[in-house]
Amino acid sequence: MVLSQVKEILNAQVIAGEQFIGCEVCTACGSDLMSDVLAFVKEQGILLTGLVNAQVVRTAEMMDIKVIVFVRGKVPNDEMVRMAIQKEMVLMSTGFPMYIACGKLYNAGLIPGE
Amino acid sequence: MSDVIRLHFDVAGDNLTEAGAAAGSVKKVLHQLGVDPAVIRRVAVAMYEGEINMVIHADGGTADVEITPEYIKVVLTDSGPGIKDIDLAMTAGYSTATKRVREMGFGAGMGLPNMRSYSDEMNITSEVGVGTTVEILIYTGKDRSPVNMAAEA
Ligand SMILES: Nc1ncnc2c1ncn2[C@@H]1O[C@H](COP(=O)(O)OP(=O)(O)OP(=O)(O)O)[C@@H](O)[C@H]1O
Ligand SMILES: [Mg+2]
Repeated sequence: MVLSQVKEILNAQVIAGEQFIGCEVCTACGSDLMSDVLAFVKEQGILLTGLVNAQVVRTAEMMDIKVIVFVRGKVPNDEMVRMAIQKEMVLMSTGFPMYIACGKLYNAGLIPGE
Repeated sequence: MSDVIRLHFDVAGDNLTEAGAAAGSVKKVLHQLGVDPAVIRRVAVAMYEGEINMVIHADGGTADVEITPEYIKVVLTDSGPGIKDIDLAMTAGYSTATKRVREMGFGAGMGLPNMRSYSDEMNITSEVGVGTTVEILIYTGKDRSPVNMAAEA
């Protein structure tokens, strides 16, 4: 699935990395627990999370996850945006809560990254 | 000798914004050296978990990294409170993390078990009131330890 479709499905706002919107992703995972992401995620797709702090971006960096979607209207702070730009990541924000955002992407064919 | 790279980092305590910066730098260096991305990820995650632990449990410390064509070794040293029962600390789910740390998405008691599973060899030495040293060894490819290859099979 192309990121522009993810954006459309989630009615999301792209906060960083707009230039990568044509990139392809195959998998996604949803978690507010960075420990779990570090322990269990195998495929590097999208991370959906309701957590907003710099360690979300760091966790994604370590796992080679290039796309983070913040759910329930959460928006990353300036520091996170700065880090994401530097690491060539895409940050999006959707108004949907976690369960619905994940459900929509799952329905559209994104497979779990675990 | 000439193909050994040594890197040293000071990891500040109580700075959860900067935590992970050292692992990020190492990741970049390994990438430039053309190391297999899967190996890089294992090093990055293991080192990151160790860095976070020093920040949240031990008021910071140092990280020393040795990169050779055969292996990558990371030594994390702190002068924090130490770990009384290492076996207990290694148990998945055991955590003494504060509420604040948990709210940041950590403190699931997954870090040390995770570091072990991502590394080929791991060694912890700790003394209460003195500090903790965690050593992680990851082979770069062809020389994967037999133990790990068996675990993957
Ligand atoms: N460097 C350290 N100094 C002192 N205690 C430590 C150190 N590292 C780990 N510990 C102790 O071991 C426990 C388990 O560590 P581990 O990394 O597995 O989990 P955690 O850090 O609590 O949570 P998580 O890693 O999932 O975010 C910690 O809660 C802490 O009590
Ligand atoms: Mg930990």
